[in-house]
Amino acid sequence: MKRFRRHGQDSQRDRLKQELFQFNKTVEHGFPHQPSALGYSPSLQLLAIGTRSGAIKLYGSPGVEFMGLHDENAAVTQVHFLPHQVELVTLLDDNSLHMWTLRAHTGLSELLEIGRFTLTGPPGAPPSVTRVTAVLAHSSGELLLLGTEGGHVFIVQVPGFRELEERNISLAEITNSVPDNCIVQRSLEHVEALEENPADPNHVAIGYGRGLIVIWDLQKRCAIQHFPATQQLESLCWTEDRGYILSSHSDGSYCRWLFGEEDGNEVEKSDIPYGHFPCKAISKIIQLPTKKGAPFLFFSGGMPRASFGDRHCITIIHNKTHVALDFTSRIIDFFVIKDGPLRTGDPSALVVLVEEELVVIDLKSEGWPVIQTPYLVPLHSSAITCSHHVSAIPLKLWERILAAGNLQKTNYSKKPWPITGGKNLAPDPPQRDLLLTGHEDGTVRLWNASGVCLYPMYKLSTAGVFHTDTDPNDNLHQGAEGDWPPFRKVGCFDPYSDDPRLGIQKIHLCKYSGCLAVAGTAGQILVLELNDEAAEHPVEAKVVDLLQGQEGFRWKGHTRLDVRDEPVRFEAGFQPFTVVQCQPPAVVTALCLHSEWKLVAYGTSHGFGLFDYQQKSNVFIKCTLNPSDQLAMEGPLSRVKSIKKSLRQSFRRIRHSRVSLRKHQVNNAAKLQEANARLEAELAEMELAPVQRKIEARSSDDSFTGLVRILYFADTFLSDSSHNTPSLWAGTNGGCVYVFILRLPSVEHRTDEPITAHPAKEIQLMHRAPIVGLVVLDGHGIPLPEPLEVAHDLARSPDMQGSHHLVVTSEEQFKVFTLPKVSAKMKLKLTAMDGSRVRRVAVAWFGSSQSEDYCESALVVLTNQGDLLVISLPGVKLQVRFPCIRKEDVSGIASCVFTKHGQGFYLISPSEFERFSLSSRFLVEPCCLVEVPLSSDASIQCMPKPDRFLSAYRETSQEVEDSDISARRVMEHALLNDENCWPSDQLVPATASAFRTTIFAL
Amino acid sequence: MILAAVPQLIIQPEGRMSRHQQQTSFKATDSVVEVKSKFDAEYRRFAFKRNCPGGFQEFYSLLQTLHHIPEVDMLLGYADDHGDLLPINNDDNFHKAVSSANPLLRIIITKKEDEPVVFATNSLQRRKKGLGLTGLRTPASLSTHSKSKMGLFIGRPQNFRQISSIIDVDILPETHRRVRLHKHGTHKPLGFYIRDGASMRVTPYGVEKVPGVFISRLVRGGLAESTGLLGVNDEILEVNGIDVTGKSLDQVTDMMVANSHNLIVTVKPANQRNNVIHRGSKTTGNSGSFGSNGSTGSALSHDSTSPASHSTPITASNSIVEGDSDEEEDDDGDLILENDCLTLYQSPNNTNLTSERLHSSPVVRTLPQSVSVPVYMASKLRSGQNGYPGHSIQRSMREGGNILTL
Repeated sequence: MKRFRRHGQDSQRDRLKQELFQFNKTVEHGFPHQPSALGYSPSLQLLAIGTRSGAIKLYGSPGVEFMGLHDENAAVTQVHFLPHQVELVTLLDDNSLHMWTLRAHTGLSELLEIGRFTLTGPPGAPPSVTRVTAVLAHSSGELLLLGTEGGHVFIVQVPGFRELEERNISLAEITNSVPDNCIVQRSLEHVEALEENPADPNHVAIGYGRGLIVIWDLQKRCAIQHFPATQQLESLCWTEDRGYILSSHSDGSYCRWLFGEEDGNEVEKSDIPYGHFPCKAISKIIQLPTKKGAPFLFFSGGMPRASFGDRHCITIIHNKTHVALDFTSRIIDFFVIKDGPLRTGDPSALVVLVEEELVVIDLKSEGWPVIQTPYLVPLHSSAITCSHHVSAIPLKLWERILAAGNLQKTNYSKKPWPITGGKNLAPDPPQRDLLLTGHEDGTVRLWNASGVCLYPMYKLSTAGVFHTDTDPNDNLHQGAEGDWPPFRKVGCFDPYSDDPRLGIQKIHLCKYSGCLAVAGTAGQILVLELNDEAAEHPVEAKVVDLLQGQEGFRWKGHTRLDVRDEPVRFEAGFQPFTVVQCQPPAVVTALCLHSEWKLVAYGTSHGFGLFDYQQKSNVFIKCTLNPSDQLAMEGPLSRVKSIKKSLRQSFRRIRHSRVSLRKHQVNNAAKLQEANARLEAELAEMELAPVQRKIEARSSDDSFTGLVRILYFADTFLSDSSHNTPSLWAGTNGGCVYVFILRLPSVEHRTDEPITAHPAKEIQLMHRAPIVGLVVLDGHGIPLPEPLEVAHDLARSPDMQGSHHLVVTSEEQFKVFTLPKVSAKMKLKLTAMDGSRVRRVAVAWFGSSQSEDYCESALVVLTNQGDLLVISLPGVKLQVRFPCIRKEDVSGIASCVFTKHGQGFYLISPSEFERFSLSSRFLVEPCCLVEVPLSSDASIQCMPKPDRFLSAYRETSQEVEDSDISARRVMEHALLNDENCWPSDQLVPATASAFRTTIFAL
Repeated sequence: MILAAVPQLIIQPEGRMSRHQQQTSFKATDSVVEVKSKFDAEYRRFAFKRNCPGGFQEFYSLLQTLHHIPEVDMLLGYADDHGDLLPINNDDNFHKAVSSANPLLRIIITKKEDEPVVFATNSLQRRKKGLGLTGLRTPASLSTHSKSKMGLFIGRPQNFRQISSIIDVDILPETHRRVRLHKHGTHKPLGFYIRDGASMRVTPYGVEKVPGVFISRLVRGGLAESTGLLGVNDEILEVNGIDVTGKSLDQVTDMMVANSHNLIVTVKPANQRNNVIHRGSKTTGNSGSFGSNGSTGSALSHDSTSPASHSTPITASNSIVEGDSDEEEDDDGDLILENDCLTLYQSPNNTNLTSERLHSSPVVRTLPQSVSVPVYMASKLRSGQNGYPGHSIQRSMREGGNILTL
């Protein structure tokens, strides 16, 4: 009977679960890892980035984002938008071409792959014949010209990927139409560049690797002109104003050739801009006219090899101004955005994709300042070491942070973001969320994480508080490097940390008081307050000895940071007023701030302490160190040493093997065989010793049992069930929970009476697994509110009538204890049941998607298997489980941070956060619409242009009947019109393209 | 003379220890047990009625008072008819000792050596219940002189306890073996390694190679090796009733470590010759099986190499004990220290071996037997908590290939 009733409740609960929980990966924030290709559509005003992992990302105006992933795990080498269309073509490393389109579906656009194609050569031809090296999306929007390694140019009709064999430009045709003296000496090599004449779409410039440039007429199928460049070709560019062609070469030179005159195949102008000494190649060159006359010339590379060969530069020359923009990492590609409604005016912005960031230069403003990017911000400009999320920031604090941040952004351009394609249809975010990231160089960055774009708000540096090795004047020296080349540093990617001790490990922000606590690698804890004015004051430092004079400890790690004694000037924003320094200066592993009691608790591998930042005095210290724990006592250096040692050894081994290899070359096959045999023996040995795991219960003398994992403040019942008291809870790596009762003086005596703390309880979990979470539930089973939350009327005050419960989350179990008498009530054994361990845990609120007022709290958990779990409170029952992160992705799992509303972030690469949501009510995902550009309609209306190509094709293929042609044109019209109202959700892309090809084949 | 101590023994019950308290009849019976107890060089002589000897605890505390060693942990032994020194550590063997007195009962008291800290965390209940088990099935006939003769060190009786058992023979296929390892909070390592491997399985599609987890190595002197029930290359099928197929090596490792306090592994032994032959009779079995980890059922312990041993009455008693034991004798024994300094609660015994960690409480040495120590096991509140002796095992014996597991 009981079972039946429970069953009924279960189905009800199941329905509720569906209303509450739903798993979605919504959006990726940050900069794509290892970008490899850049594309831009002036008509759509969309930017496309392809990555080495095969992802393709499209960005328009802020909030407009699309992402696609190729099935092949190959790098994207080229991205080309079809002019005036919503399609784009990607070329992958594996020589496959992919067609993508933006399809509107229920008012929102989505990126879909609609076709794929691999060039097939004649039977028996080497693969190099069809290896695509250059792609030209013809302005007709119907043709794709593919230059290959073999020197041929294949012509393919898109979007169906139909090969037009008759129109291919073979190497033989080129050699026949060019005088022998240009060819005889050497082969032409691969097709390096294909460029269409902006004035006449029939003329295409084909640049071969060896330097020969041939102008080919697509209609007449013959070469019009050729330019015999002598240097290895890097890129080609038609200038728009007059019939010039610019070619850039591997020796750092560029040449200008005049197009149009039949016999004018001499170089008109040749220049090595940074010449004299040998230079590196100019990999890309663009020249754009302006209305006022003087054109803009952009080229990348070309630096003197010996002195500046390691720089990543783009040079801009306009009038007399000449600047070499010095980027932080390798340049992938760049393009220029032009002014005007049709994007045909003067150049207005230069967009450069370098390996680690996207930089946009405003060409309209004096001095060519950088425009702050609203997305694609390099999160990893210094490596992220920790992150912290605060939901629902009060407007007041939000505005103050924004104001402080704006003061930091003075050297950015005032111009709006130039890439404006698409419409962001996402509703305004319901609340203001802040993501704080701590970095290796001691900075904390505050990001607006409310919506789809992770926008930088404010950057805080803690380095100024300390004396560091670096010279603060370092940056000033860089200008005085010499006048030539005229370098200018751009970009913010700077992975080199001055001092690893500055690294930020823990962050805690109180959103009501604006009080921020930040803790770092060298045991430093800074308490900061938001100040709207710049100020200059000394920072009080307090050293606390966590060992409490215990003998026999020797710290071999890094030393404490040296705090500046003199007053330090702080700009408006978060200004530190107190520094606590732990001794020994081990990494701070836990931090908790209570802004109502004005206390900050901190913990390291040695113990934990409580600091009163009102009185600026330490309240108490508790050493949690296990005397037998040698590793924790000595600090990290011993391990660092071993890494150093192993590195040295491996280098020696490499050197040794090189030497022996060289010997082998001299000393023939016998020894080679011997080496092979040895290798085989080694391999066999490796197979004999498989991966083993020791089965051993955790004992109390494991390493780092004293490491403090979590600190928690709670106002709850500890001594008896009628008096609640403030308390501090600490959980260690060894499965121990320490509870201290705090006695706070009354508000009026808060500044002069000391705070006292007494040990109240100690819970040692028998399974000794590290404690990762502590929560106290009130009488209703609801987690206690944050400090000051009740005071600001943002939370119901906790129920102090019923009995409180403590939820202890260890890596292995969830356990509920009663309070004040600590006795186990319920538990959920996770590890014992499925072998996974808890890596991250947080309390989250889940709202029902059906009824507005239903809300419940639960624990959200990330396991070492990369699974997300939701555990109900207070019953500790598993609700749902979703696989989220690959279990091999250790850094992803370690970087996960949860929000209060069931969302979360984790790093999918050093530079990208993936955002996910477990809640069915709170979801932040891009909703945007990209409309087919007007000019594309124009191109359909002025049909003659593409039609001319088709007729050219018809001339060559005589068997096609006239009636067929007209019929096809009708079909084609139908198809093109269909394009705009495609029933996208019904048609599988492959069938769609197949359908199209059949029509073309009529 | 000291006969007066007998009523005192019965009238003054130490807490709720004795189940014989009510039988306080003081009838004149001629059979009186003379007792001569020896501690170090001191002797005490006294006597009590043979038919109402009371429980072991009374006797224990009586001896403590007589010898004026109230705070010393001690081990009791008696010399039986054959001159063997046998232990007294529970009611049963105490009664056995009383009955064997002819008429003099010679008690030898030895001081217990320093126990590991874990001992202090073991509750009195555990000790009491667990001891019932050790006494009955200990054929531990060891006398001081026999020890020297054999030249083999045999641990003291209190160090014997069960470390492993084969369970669920009646429900498992003969090719499988379900082994329970008892760790009992000792520091002895479980001591084995596992690895990934491939196992052959018969599926509807024929024989297939599927990934499996195997025992790769046994640590010398570890618990696993000393049982003799697990061997290298045994395939692990289940951990505490949970199938391990599809789980990674690390997951299985974590499952085992998390269950290490009461680890039940089902293996398919690589060596199939020593399997327990299931005879279909449930004479030794316990049919009541509850819980997925099947902790009940017949318990065939001791000796995997000689199947004869399971017909001994020792096995029978063992199975009863196994039947009592709950599947949840696991890590629930969280140690909770309460230091209610606000209520000024000062128990005379409010400390224990870990109390040095609390700087505000006075350090008083305490009797581990005292029930009023504020250290209590959370598990104590649970029912069905069967125990094991709260002693640490110091050595298990291996003799001619036979493993004695107790």
